[in-house]
Amino acid sequence: MLDDVKPKPGAGAATGSGNVLEVQDLKKHFPIRKGLLRRTVGHVYAVDGVTFSIKAGETLGLVGESGCGKSTVGRVILRLIEPTAGSIKVEGHDITRLSKAEMRPYRRQMQIIFQDPFSSLDPRMTAGNIVGEPLGVHGVGKRRERRDQVAQLFERVGLRRGQMDNYPHQFSGGQRQRIGIARALALNPRLIIGDEPVSALDVSIQAQVINLLMDLQRELGLGYLFISHNLAVVEHISHKIAVMYLGRLVEYADKRTIFTSPKHPYTEALLSAVPVPDPAIKRKKLVVQGDVPSPMRPPPGCHFHTRCPYAVDRCKVEVPALRDLGGGQLVACHLR
Amino acid sequence: MDARADVQPEAGAQALLEVDDLQTYFFTRQGVVKAVDGVSFALRRGETLAIVGESGCGKSITALSLLRLIPDPPGRIVGGTVRLAGHDLMTLDEPAMRNVRGNDISMIFQEPMTSLNPVMTIGRQIAEVILLHQDVSRKEALAKAVEMLRLVRIPEPEQRVREYPHQLSGGMRQRAMIAIALACNPKVLIADEPTTALDVTIQAQILELIVELQQKLGTAVILITHDLGVVAETAQRVIVMYAGRKVEEAPVGELFAHALHPYTHGLLASIPRLDLMRGEVNDTPQRLQEITGIVPALTDLPQGCVFAPRCKFADDRCRAQYPPYEQKRSGHWAACWNSDALYGGALHA
Repeated sequence: MLDDVKPKPGAGAATGSGNVLEVQDLKKHFPIRKGLLRRTVGHVYAVDGVTFSIKAGETLGLVGESGCGKSTVGRVILRLIEPTAGSIKVEGHDITRLSKAEMRPYRRQMQIIFQDPFSSLDPRMTAGNIVGEPLGVHGVGKRRERRDQVAQLFERVGLRRGQMDNYPHQFSGGQRQRIGIARALALNPRLIIGDEPVSALDVSIQAQVINLLMDLQRELGLGYLFISHNLAVVEHISHKIAVMYLGRLVEYADKRTIFTSPKHPYTEALLSAVPVPDPAIKRKKLVVQGDVPSPMRPPPGCHFHTRCPYAVDRCKVEVPALRDLGGGQLVACHLR
Repeated sequence: MDARADVQPEAGAQALLEVDDLQTYFFTRQGVVKAVDGVSFALRRGETLAIVGESGCGKSITALSLLRLIPDPPGRIVGGTVRLAGHDLMTLDEPAMRNVRGNDISMIFQEPMTSLNPVMTIGRQIAEVILLHQDVSRKEALAKAVEMLRLVRIPEPEQRVREYPHQLSGGMRQRAMIAIALACNPKVLIADEPTTALDVTIQAQILELIVELQQKLGTAVILITHDLGVVAETAQRVIVMYAGRKVEEAPVGELFAHALHPYTHGLLASIPRLDLMRGEVNDTPQRLQEITGIVPALTDLPQGCVFAPRCKFADDRCRAQYPPYEQKRSGHWAACWNSDALYGGALHA
């Protein structure tokens, strides 16, 4: 589908690692400015050294609580926010320092789906125009061809052609999310970043959208960065999982390892906090107390030590490195 | 820990809240929307009753109807009774009703940021409820506010009463909401998606807090949620709603083990369930079972069973006639023509 649209910026220069996305030691520190002279008085350490990679056809689930920096990671990768340090490679090309014009071809390769299908679609545009807009922006095809492409995209995501002239408010939540997905697919990207793409949907609709995303991945070989707080959904859709806490990865492994033998106390707490839809299962819950500390003043040492039931003195002073515990399970904890 | 309260509602005890054939309609240009269409249930003292369903099924409107908070126009409660400890709330005049809200029945909402007043300190918002319903001085009310914040385990409550909602985290705001709701020690607490906007670890804290306070204060809770996990861990009884009607009702264990309505079955099958943690082996992502189609528009409900267009077992009778809401097993009610054939729902003695 839409093969003529497929962008190949700098084709041939790719490293051939098979990775759609490689993120190396990514940092984003937002300055906090105060006073008349807008002097920088501190930083929000939103993303503080994150490294991971995603292969074609693979889903990396990025989980963590609100404020942990997971959405910022998504936006920094798209360069919607400029990174402070680190590198981002898309299909082997370093895009970290590219200018706006140089970024354009790469923008087509990465798309994002947002959480809220109610606020992410322009209420004054028809669904067809919303989906076709990226084609227009990137000057793909003529108006008439674009309309055909949009119609194909509509069918691809389970909407009817006849709905192209409807406005967003005429669609249900699940359908709106399908519009968002169609728009993301329009430029035939290699990587889709889903920022809580099913969190606002009803359970039965959520299943439909998850299935759609999985089908599209299988057919188009898309790489997904699936950002979510819902571990059950992440478990379902992902191949690998990265757990984030206050700007840092605390655990990174394949799905099975994370869910069957989590090693970081935070991962453990997250898993045990998920309500299990089966009243017959009685679990011992590890309810961690307190809130996530402010990323403006992250605690020294291991960020999780303020809420960790196992913390020892070392955790309060020394930052634990992300170490391989074997089998590719990376954990940042002194006690493991 | 199993978060469920151990208080077993005494069987046969007089219900605290009785809702009978509640009908809340909205009169719109597109037609009459039967948002709640003949819903009945009873809530016992100290019990947690969950109402589950997807958006638009009428679960929130049911809750708002209990408090008579339906915006009129376009909405109106056109039929049914709501009795709190024997007193019919539908016949009360507005001042008397105001006395019920926040005092006998109070409510917490999903999004604490939008339901708290951004330009009023947390302390004043709690004190406001207390001043409205109790004969105390401002000073006493503020002291009670500090106490309430301590009860919901907000650290440094003396400090926090002077803060504004934006200075609190999401979890703290929801705790503050709970403090407001419980300030007058209500008999019934309606929690409308109380943890949906929160992170899982915070959700676990808030659910634990609600259960703990319920045990401490003996409050009956109506928990409105779409999250079957939350239901499984906190409720004692469950009502499943679809398109404005009750389709199934059962004790929680019974419902999850022997669902009798195809919609409930579909819901249970469509949720991703941490299979790996339960020892299942599937390393490649599996498709989820879907319920096809969407919830029908309430202005344009199908003839017969409203779920029929999405039900894979629907037959001609389903499409022609709405099934009776019957007791199929002990304490287990459902509205489905075919549940006996499908799920062996013969009434057990």
